Amino acid sequence: MNEIQAKIKTFLGKFFGNHDLQTDEDIFANGLVNSMFAMQLVLFVEQEFEITIGNEDLEFENFRTINSITNLIERKTALLMQ
Amino acid sequence: MKLELSAEQKNYQAEFKAFVNQEISPNAGEWDQKEFTPPELIRKIGERGFLGAILPQEYGGKAMDMITYGILNEEIGRGCSSVRSLLTVHNMVSQALCKWGNKSQKEYWLPKLASGEIIAAFALSEPLVGSDAKSVETTATLDGDAYVLNGQKKWITYGQIADVFLVFAKCEGKPTAFLVEKNSPALCVKPMSGILGIRASMTAELHFDNCHIPVENKIGKLGFGFSYIASYALDYGRYSVAWGSVGIAQACLSACIKYTNERKQFGVYLKEHQLIRQKITQMIANVKAARLLCYQAGYLKEINNPNSITETSIAKYFASTVATKIANDAVQIHGGNGCSSEYPVERYLRDSKVMEIIEGSTQIQEITIAESGYQDYLFSTVSTIEEKKLAGRI
Repeated sequence: MNEIQAKIKTFLGKFFGNHDLQTDEDIFANGLVNSMFAMQLVLFVEQEFEITIGNEDLEFENFRTINSITNLIERKTALLMQ
Repeated sequence: MKLELSAEQKNYQAEFKAFVNQEISPNAGEWDQKEFTPPELIRKIGERGFLGAILPQEYGGKAMDMITYGILNEEIGRGCSSVRSLLTVHNMVSQALCKWGNKSQKEYWLPKLASGEIIAAFALSEPLVGSDAKSVETTATLDGDAYVLNGQKKWITYGQIADVFLVFAKCEGKPTAFLVEKNSPALCVKPMSGILGIRASMTAELHFDNCHIPVENKIGKLGFGFSYIASYALDYGRYSVAWGSVGIAQACLSACIKYTNERKQFGVYLKEHQLIRQKITQMIANVKAARLLCYQAGYLKEINNPNSITETSIAKYFASTVATKIANDAVQIHGGNGCSSEYPVERYLRDSKVMEIIEGSTQIQEITIAESGYQDYLFSTVSTIEEKKLAGRI
């Protein structure tokens, strides 16, 4: 697990408790998160990784698993570096 | 840690206070009785930049920080909760568009919203759908180069005068957001009257009967309407309502300080009676506590902290419930006069009750805040073995 994945898993720990969330596990599938979770996740990703999530990022695939969130962050960060 | 407004924030506060004292407070009772907000007032609010308060300057907004925006909501709310609710819904739509709109949507709509050239309203609630907002029954169906909307919206604040609505509908069974202009064919706006509070807020029902709107008016993708777009807007809505509730509570306190200083019973001013002092003390402490929660939520919003969502809920929950309590006590202190529209406190009581219902009722907040509390306590990374056992039960 890389640093980005670890940070995301730590953040998600508040919502998933003892459940050992896998990096390819669908975080929306088991009904553990409420209607405010999505916005908290977006704010976390924006604040922690200093990127801005916007219209073009609104794809379920971007937020479904720890791996997909990591990919989104890496893509957005790479764009910022250019 | 420093709990003090900056010089710029103090200047804004003075400007807002003066505006409200001159333009809003003296007339709010009349607007309430007439169930009407004068267009002239809305024009003045637009000229001051209040309708674009937190939009970026590149779109013509004032780019106020979140504390300044909070103070604006407190001050306007101190004068008139209806007018404050205009700020609420207009900024909810503006912020949702600014966050989730595409480039051309933002470039087209945001400058008009920032200047107040157009007024926006938020259309989520329906006759059969309130707290369970993701279950909206309004539908949108793609038909060639248009979406066709069918269904009804209800309790739409400033729906009577809004130029554009952010409407939430199910499209292919998925909650989705659309911008609908008021002159869209087959959209019927029906004024609502006789509502308990915020009576000047020109509330309306919207009826869509095969209402065609351009495909480019869809905001975000299918399925993101509730969890991302409505939730984002509602968070800003709760922030505005929280501060507006502080405004109501402050207005009640000020009215009671004045009244108990002027009226005599049993040969002494009301303020000399200890039971009055008890109520005044409770008001002072609760107003200050509510305002501090709002400052905290505002600070967390300013730094984009994920905890700002829950802290805003807590601020809204506390401020709206104490506003109702304080307004109830304010009417009690005013006695018979408190029951008369010659005094403002009966309006404050009616308005405060609405604050406990809109943007997530008190009971919905109680569900989410408690859930967050359990998560903080039981799912913390430093929790003890005993706590981990408890967590296993959830």
